Amino acid sequence: MIVRISGEGQYELPDADAQRLNELDNQAVASVEAGDEGKFAELWKQMLDLVCKDGRELSDDELIGSDVILPPRDSTFEEAKGEFSGEGLIPD
Amino acid sequence: MPGLGGRFSTVVKAKVSKLLDRAEDPGETLDYGYNKQLELLQNVKKGIADVVTSKKRLQMQEEQIKQQVVKLDTQARQALAQNREDLARAALERKTVAQNELQTLDQQVAELEKQQEQLTENEKKMRAKIEAFRTKKEVIKAQYSAAEAQVKIGEAASGVGEQMADLGLAMQRAEDKTEQMRARAGAVEELEKAGTFDDITQLGPPQDDIDRQLAELSAGSQVDDELAKMKAELGEGGGDAPALGDGQSQPEQS
Repeated sequence: MIVRISGEGQYELPDADAQRLNELDNQAVASVEAGDEGKFAELWKQMLDLVCKDGRELSDDELIGSDVILPPRDSTFEEAKGEFSGEGLIPD
Repeated sequence: MPGLGGRFSTVVKAKVSKLLDRAEDPGETLDYGYNKQLELLQNVKKGIADVVTSKKRLQMQEEQIKQQVVKLDTQARQALAQNREDLARAALERKTVAQNELQTLDQQVAELEKQQEQLTENEKKMRAKIEAFRTKKEVIKAQYSAAEAQVKIGEAASGVGEQMADLGLAMQRAEDKTEQMRARAGAVEELEKAGTFDDITQLGPPQDDIDRQLAELSAGSQVDDELAKMKAELGEGGGDAPALGDGQSQPEQS
């Protein structure tokens, strides 16, 4: 599975991590919907750590389409909220 | 994959494929993307340079305040030597305020320094990625002319297109960040210009300003300590200053 952290780079993750990432992802969504900023920050960090520690970073010239694209590392809670309201990080 | 990544992923992918599908010649689109990246990178570099300029201006203000601190200290000593404890106290109060300002400026400059380093590091990484993008783009363009590689192009192009979109986003954010930093440095500068700095250089009547009063209140004990220390030093030095061993009970001269 190829995961991109926006603005940073791409990582190749073992498929077994997909489920874990998905779980964290769903919890992160729930925390944003509940307005729990602390919980979100914690889950967001866990997601990034999972990708960076378990994944192999692709070099700059290995450009493959990603299966998952995560928002930038320094995304704020406000931006995450915008993300879930459907506007997305890249405006039309 | 639903949720955070899924949604973001969907948005980006849809935009990228729309971009490449619409293009009659993907080579042209990639060239355009590359030129756009170079342009954005220039903006980021310029933004960093502006931040450095703002930081330098703050550092110059720091220097001015430092000189002011020395001057006020000297004035306090002179006033005390002439038995003008009221003036000495006023000078020391202003000195304390100036020192507090100095501390705030110090923190601001350190923060700017840190962010500037991060941005510079980022800019370097982005430059490397753009260079890699350029190479990849040329490979894809060459493949495109060889019509038999169509399918392979589709895959490669999706990766390159994604990179193109992401580099654009990353640089947009870097640019926004330099803008924020510049605005913050500018705000501190304005504050220094309009704020306490001007009147600590003149022994005028105190402004009716809550912040100032609070600062002076908290400065009180520090001023007392310094005054006592100064008196002791002057006492030891002898000379034309009267010995003021017990400074606190010295009556005001007016």
